Amino acid sequence: MRKMLAAVSRVLSGVAQKPASRVLVASRNFANDATFEIKKCDLHRLEEGPPVTTVLTREDGLRYYRMMQTVRRMELKADQLYKQKIIRGFCHLCDGQEACCVGLEAGINPTDHLITAYRAHGFTFTRGLSVREILAELTGRRGGCAKGKGGSMHMYAKNFYGGNGIVGAQGQIFEAYNMAALWKLPCIFICENNRYGMGTSVERAAASTDYYKRGDFIPGLRVDGMDILCVREATRFAAAYCRSGKGPILMELQTYRYHGHSMSDPGVSYRTREEIQEVRSKSDPIMLLKDRMVNSNLASVEELKEIDVEVRKEIEDAAQFATADPEPPLEELGYHIYSSDPPFEVRGANQWIKFKSIS
Amino acid sequence: MNLFQAITSALDNSLAKDPTAVIFGEDVAFGGVFRCTVGLRDKYGKDRVFNTPLCEQGIVGFGIGIAVTGATAIAEIQFADYIFPAFDQIVNEAAKYRYRSGDLFNCGSLTIRAPWGCVGHGALYHSQSPEAFFAHCPGIKVVVPRSPFQAKGLLLSCIEDKNPCIFFEPKILYRAAVEQVPVEPYSIPLSQAEVVQEGSDVTLVAWGTQVHVIREVASMAQEKLGVSCEVIDLRTILPWDMDTVCKSVIKTGRLLISHEAPLTGGFASEISSTVQY
Repeated sequence: MRKMLAAVSRVLSGVAQKPASRVLVASRNFANDATFEIKKCDLHRLEEGPPVTTVLTREDGLRYYRMMQTVRRMELKADQLYKQKIIRGFCHLCDGQEACCVGLEAGINPTDHLITAYRAHGFTFTRGLSVREILAELTGRRGGCAKGKGGSMHMYAKNFYGGNGIVGAQGQIFEAYNMAALWKLPCIFICENNRYGMGTSVERAAASTDYYKRGDFIPGLRVDGMDILCVREATRFAAAYCRSGKGPILMELQTYRYHGHSMSDPGVSYRTREEIQEVRSKSDPIMLLKDRMVNSNLASVEELKEIDVEVRKEIEDAAQFATADPEPPLEELGYHIYSSDPPFEVRGANQWIKFKSIS
Repeated sequence: MNLFQAITSALDNSLAKDPTAVIFGEDVAFGGVFRCTVGLRDKYGKDRVFNTPLCEQGIVGFGIGIAVTGATAIAEIQFADYIFPAFDQIVNEAAKYRYRSGDLFNCGSLTIRAPWGCVGHGALYHSQSPEAFFAHCPGIKVVVPRSPFQAKGLLLSCIEDKNPCIFFEPKILYRAAVEQVPVEPYSIPLSQAEVVQEGSDVTLVAWGTQVHVIREVASMAQEKLGVSCEVIDLRTILPWDMDTVCKSVIKTGRLLISHEAPLTGGFASEISSTVQY
């Protein structure tokens, strides 16, 4: 009797998989929120770290799911367009790292400022630009967020300073750490550690792979970057630390990228397909969130599938736009080199081509 | 005023007029190794005139960041010889910021000042004239004054200019050159060369300290050889005033360019090839 009661109560609490008969998703009673345990972060020069449990509301969960799925599909679409030669140039994809950009955004305010390097499509989206603008920028068209002139690595938005092609070498980072610590600047330094620097594994590139400790006098934490809730809590913790005037802090997000460093890198010459497969099956950030939400009755599998379908459509539409939109006019090539009044004349590829640099 | 006093006056005017203006660099707080920032910290406070650690790359990187937020950033590199660690920041970041963001952001309110040129005892690392390295980079402006009056006007123009500017100050002239300089602000336009002395037989072009040398040469030539020289101070290296120089050469038919910087790839080569073309 007791065993039967226990079994029934287990079923009723929603731990079981999807029920046999379900007609309308809307008629089901979902939980409003659920509490989850998250991994404890490794700490450097910190007495306490972020909490090890967090509450996820159904609303937030659905939103994070949609955002991560959008970034994932957008990156995969970019891969497809690149292989069709509709996107040219450089393209660094961040699929696998969705929990980092979405989790980060969940932990900060839209009025905070963010800057990153070239693996920026995910951040461009989470900072508020639409998939249309991003894909059109990748294809180099007028509708792109940098008017078609920036491309993959130069996307900017309000409070988002890119998207930068040139990135800091080790010396520059340490100078920045020094100045930030000296002047107690409220700055979170984030390392998305995806285990490889282009084609070199971190073990072969770094004398110390404990990146969260390498700020030395700057406190740091190491975060599970595949778990969006862990990233969110760590970000909230780090943001609160900075806002309280204690100075800079370092966050290392342990994550993984499925694609190679860029589209010219197959991604398998320095790592095995088995490794990539293992991460995909065990630690995929979207899968982790989905399992959590379904198992805690925050959402149903069908509902999430619906989101998948909507996202796919949105990406398709955006890709259509990005392919059909015209390229920026040739005169714009010279704009904004100098801010000049009257416009400054710039020579083109030969002496008979002249551009005007106006701003 | 002498040259460093003229610079101090220009900086004083800037900080007075523009509440977002800040001056930073190594040792600027006590007045700077050449006294260019004497008194400014006391007058405007430690939030506006402050020292940075010994990191040129960090100084310029920091300057770019402040300029992007809209503040007027006046960075000092202690000697032009030390500007090379910041080369990446200047060429790859500052110069291209406006272009690569499609004018969404820019660091036009950044001005970098650095003592420049030979001083007699400077040796390898306190004497360099690196203007040619920067001439090769679209997106920035490079300016070299020849005197206190020129310096103040040109520096104020650089600070006002909406593009990142590098302002090289001939260190040998800091105390040696003395002129009447107005206390109020005034500006001298950039990208305009000045015909310092008119002549008809040959055009002599120089910038910075060398302008004084070729003026002496011009008078010696007049005296000893009866040659009438037209002397031009280029003032802005990038973008440079092609019209004035070419007009002068059309008049005289001969051109001589003289600079302290090394010969190969020095800016004289750019001027001479443009003029001949």
